[in-house]
Amino acid sequence: MSALLEVRGLCVAYGKVEAVHQAALRVEEGRIVTVIGPNGAGKTTLLAALMGMLPARGSVSYAGKDIARIEPEQRVSRGLCLVPERRELFAAMTVEDNLVLGAFHRYRKSDPTIGADFKQVYQLFPRLQERRRQLAGTLSGGERQMLALGRALMSRPRLLMLDEPSLGLAPLIVRDIFRVIGGLRESGVSILLVEQNARAALQVADYGYVLETGEIAVEGPSADLVSDPRVIESYLGLVSGGAG
Amino acid sequence: MSRKGIPRSRLVLGVFLAFILAAPVVLPEFQVTLLNYIGLYSIVALGLVLLTGVGGLTSFGQAAFVGLGAYTTAYLSTVYGWSPWLTLLTGLALTFVVSVFLGFISLRLSGHYLPLGTIAWGISLFYLFGNMEFLGGHNGISSLPAISFFGLALDTGREFSYLIWLLVLLSLLSMQNLLDSRSGRAIRALKGGGLMAESFGVDTARMKIVIFVHAALLASVSGWLYAHLLRFVNPTPFSINAGIEYLFMAVVGGAASVWGAVVGAGILTILKQWLQELLPKLLGQSGNFEMIVFGVLLVLLLQRAREGIMPLAVRFFPASRTPIPASSQALPQRVRPVVGELLLEVKSVRKVFGGLVAVNDLSFTMNSGEILGLIGPNGAGKSTVFNLVTGVLPRTGGEVHFRGERIDTLSARAIIPRGLARTFQQVHLLPTMSVLENVAIGAHLRGSKGAISAALRLERAEEAMLLAEAARQLERVGLGASMHEQAGNLALGQQRILEIARALSADPVLLLLDEPAAGLRYQEKRALAELLRKLKSEGMSILLVEHDMDFVMRLVDRLVVMDFGEKLAEGLPQEIQSNPLVLEAYLGGIE
Amino acid sequence: MNSEIALFLIQDGLTNGAIYALLALALVLVFAVTRVIFIPQGEFVAYGALTLASLQLGKLPGTAWLLLAAGMAVAIVESVQALRFGAVRRIPAVIFTYIIIPGSLFCLAWWAAPQKPALTLQVLLALLLVVPLGPMVYRLAYQPLANASVLVLLIISVAVHFAMTGLGLVFFGAEGSRTPAFSDAHWKLGVLTISGQSLWVIGTSLALIVALLLFFEHTIYGKALRATAINRVGARLVGVSPAMAGKLSFTLAALIGALSGVLIAPITTIYYDSGFLVGLKGFVGAIVGGLVSYPIAAAGALLVGLLEAYASFWASAYKEVIVFTLIIPVLVWRSLTTHHIEEDEE
Repeated sequence: MSALLEVRGLCVAYGKVEAVHQAALRVEEGRIVTVIGPNGAGKTTLLAALMGMLPARGSVSYAGKDIARIEPEQRVSRGLCLVPERRELFAAMTVEDNLVLGAFHRYRKSDPTIGADFKQVYQLFPRLQERRRQLAGTLSGGERQMLALGRALMSRPRLLMLDEPSLGLAPLIVRDIFRVIGGLRESGVSILLVEQNARAALQVADYGYVLETGEIAVEGPSADLVSDPRVIESYLGLVSGGAG
Repeated sequence: MSRKGIPRSRLVLGVFLAFILAAPVVLPEFQVTLLNYIGLYSIVALGLVLLTGVGGLTSFGQAAFVGLGAYTTAYLSTVYGWSPWLTLLTGLALTFVVSVFLGFISLRLSGHYLPLGTIAWGISLFYLFGNMEFLGGHNGISSLPAISFFGLALDTGREFSYLIWLLVLLSLLSMQNLLDSRSGRAIRALKGGGLMAESFGVDTARMKIVIFVHAALLASVSGWLYAHLLRFVNPTPFSINAGIEYLFMAVVGGAASVWGAVVGAGILTILKQWLQELLPKLLGQSGNFEMIVFGVLLVLLLQRAREGIMPLAVRFFPASRTPIPASSQALPQRVRPVVGELLLEVKSVRKVFGGLVAVNDLSFTMNSGEILGLIGPNGAGKSTVFNLVTGVLPRTGGEVHFRGERIDTLSARAIIPRGLARTFQQVHLLPTMSVLENVAIGAHLRGSKGAISAALRLERAEEAMLLAEAARQLERVGLGASMHEQAGNLALGQQRILEIARALSADPVLLLLDEPAAGLRYQEKRALAELLRKLKSEGMSILLVEHDMDFVMRLVDRLVVMDFGEKLAEGLPQEIQSNPLVLEAYLGGIE
Repeated sequence: MNSEIALFLIQDGLTNGAIYALLALALVLVFAVTRVIFIPQGEFVAYGALTLASLQLGKLPGTAWLLLAAGMAVAIVESVQALRFGAVRRIPAVIFTYIIIPGSLFCLAWWAAPQKPALTLQVLLALLLVVPLGPMVYRLAYQPLANASVLVLLIISVAVHFAMTGLGLVFFGAEGSRTPAFSDAHWKLGVLTISGQSLWVIGTSLALIVALLLFFEHTIYGKALRATAINRVGARLVGVSPAMAGKLSFTLAALIGALSGVLIAPITTIYYDSGFLVGLKGFVGAIVGGLVSYPIAAAGALLVGLLEAYASFWASAYKEVIVFTLIIPVLVWRSLTTHHIEEDEE
């Protein structure tokens, strides 16, 4: 099976600081792949670069085509979609308008199936339908994450990239969100999931990578990583030979 | 490159001075006039180099200040017969009052209100000049007296040239002095956003007004010269278009050197002269067609070379490094607390953003001489706590006490003199300034001399002490060898250490470090950890917000762990590492 | 002053104020979407008025040449970029948009101008010649600097204003023009005479404001512009490119500017450089609204219009001084009510 996303030798730098170094990863069609790692490992940077929001070196091939030099907007219309860590909702617009804008590139092509997707998103998140006339800025943290996911789904993504979907959410809501993520795979969406919450991420994912100070330190099937002591080490700094 | 003999910059300066001395005598009348105009414009552009290039503010209304200076002297010297020297002072006083007022009302707002305000003010004043009967309306005021200089009447353009260029050189020199001083460093720190400067006690709002007023005063002087050179004033040269051209000059020259003002004024004046002859011939009609070229030129310049053309020229002249003065006297130090004394006390601090509780009744204490680590997963609220303690964010509830004094109601600027100094998660350096100068900003509050004494070089003794202190701190952190390099050329690890040296220059009791290890390589982290241990052994207390666990665990005495804005655990590193709650918070779980 | 004069001044003030309100709205729009303080807005007013004036004389307006030249410049810039990024496929579209369309408009104007078509057609033609300059100016001057600070963008704006004023002089000469009124009708209403032209201006302005409102509330592109203004990163992530939003907002601003010019041309004589002051009066209104609030900006602009009308009655020589000095109390008020916001730009 060929990979939907294939990344090789990706380096991302902010000025002099290289935040991601020579990263390589694959996402197969219809799979959930997770990138876990401690705070500051470069996970967010990695996703931002894959979306084209940050300049990067290296090769990024998506659906068999090199997309390293195209703009984020073009990536969106090819089915790549990022739900960022900060959600980046349109706070002063209604929930419904946020969803409408999620389908922006499809309106431009006068896609007739947008209405059906609205229904689907509302079915998935009934809370959003209840609050569709409310401003996005007035939503709670969990509802914001639902809206961010809903807005992403309105673009009808082929590869959905999620940056810390559990961040700042209460455990119950985290469970809901992860249930939705698991369900999306069934509907054929491939997912690249970045999480600090390693256990939750590994439970839902098929394959995982551990990113540590900008480099892929460990990779393997999720089931293997769950019990890999190196994962805990990388989080809590139990490895000998650390700083000093 | 060998540096033997006379430095290149001195040589060029010498040639330039010789030219200025000889030109009024040897050049034809027309070119002397052009040279005079370049001088007049240079003085105004110099103010804008300070305001726009160095300070990151701007004004399109400088022509109105020129007009204010020109009309003040024109009116007072013709109607009341005042001496031009007296009217110069009157004009400066008037300009001072007006610019302080304008600066005060527009500089508190975001950056674009000042230029917009100056456009409106420039237009208003232009129409006022043109409509006031007593100022001669659009016909202006003529027959101004000549300036006499120790009995010598400067009544030709050739003689006047010396006065103009004397003032140009004095303005350049005083500006150079100002920039190379305590106040100058504070001014140069404005452009990177005021946060860093405020954190070291710089009153940025006041500094902005200082440079705006300085620029206005220079414009006023130029206006005074203009009025007595032509012995006639009318509103036209003080229009908003002239104000825009002054800004063009400053942008073309660029802020890399005060000489940019002269270069920009020279280029635009000569170009304008040339275009005014050429374009009407080409187009077969008369008009100010040079506007088109100026406009397009400026757009291209900002797109291609935003720093103007001076950086290219400066590269040609290697900077002479300022020797560090061997100061005989060290700055006084504050009284240090005894090791083990209660230093910092955070009591039920709370911060709410909108509906989100970022910090929820967090309490912890810290004693003198310890290294305390504040850790937690992403979004736990560590940085918010840091910003609450340093006065960057106002708290929603709770109290922070430092050495028994309540500090949560104070601003960042008021906290630093009490002995808390910080570093930044994203380094806040002035990349084109030397390492030494950057560190000296930390000692800002340990000096007191202002802009005027700096321009006149009356603060050298204090300046020597400040620089010596900065140098001492650089030696202390092991960056002594890089003292004269540009801060922007250092590697990230060294930049982080530079920030620590800058904080140390403030003579702190408590160092607050915001993720100092982020983005560092292994060796750099080791060096940083070693430095922090050394500082601790010298009695420094350190509060460390960090997410690099390797780094934290091996360094700190005690840890406070946060999650969801609350304290999750507190204790020794070994205790924390084996705490199941902490493991859960970091690795998560969905059961 | 009797009530007749007072009412007349109100009518006069509201007529001008309506135009300033339109301009203020455009300025707020452009600033919100692109962070550009659009000083050259006024040049679009002058271009609109003078293009219409040329057409009424049966002459080919200079803006037709400018359109051709600007289109050519954009085509070159775009093609060079396409070649550099290996996107040769884009070049035909670029040539069509920036050379063929402006070329056709040029030919249309060249053919139609001497025939002196009906006023409505002249207005339409004037708009067709001037409005495309808006997105072209954005592409050439602003787009390469889209991430620069507000201050740098402001300096660019002033430079563009300079260049466009100079070009106005080249294409329209130093002579002023005044076009005939859209309507010579007058109605007596008690002591007040209402002029048809005033009604035209106020009516058109209101219609345009309503149209803009509908555009922002109910169309996908209107929503995309609002989204960009609220959250640029979020907008990019749903596929709204800043360049597209920039061009669209500049198109709207150019349309509003040119239409304002068409409306104002029968009321006052317009010279190549008159637009600057007209635009700045819209600005004073926009600043009253803090460059963010549409309704307050429009109200501020109406206030400017009224102030100007009364000032020209009482102290006509100081009209401009009074209008532009209004900005001082506004700034005082804003600086006392705004809490200091730290801008971390550049």
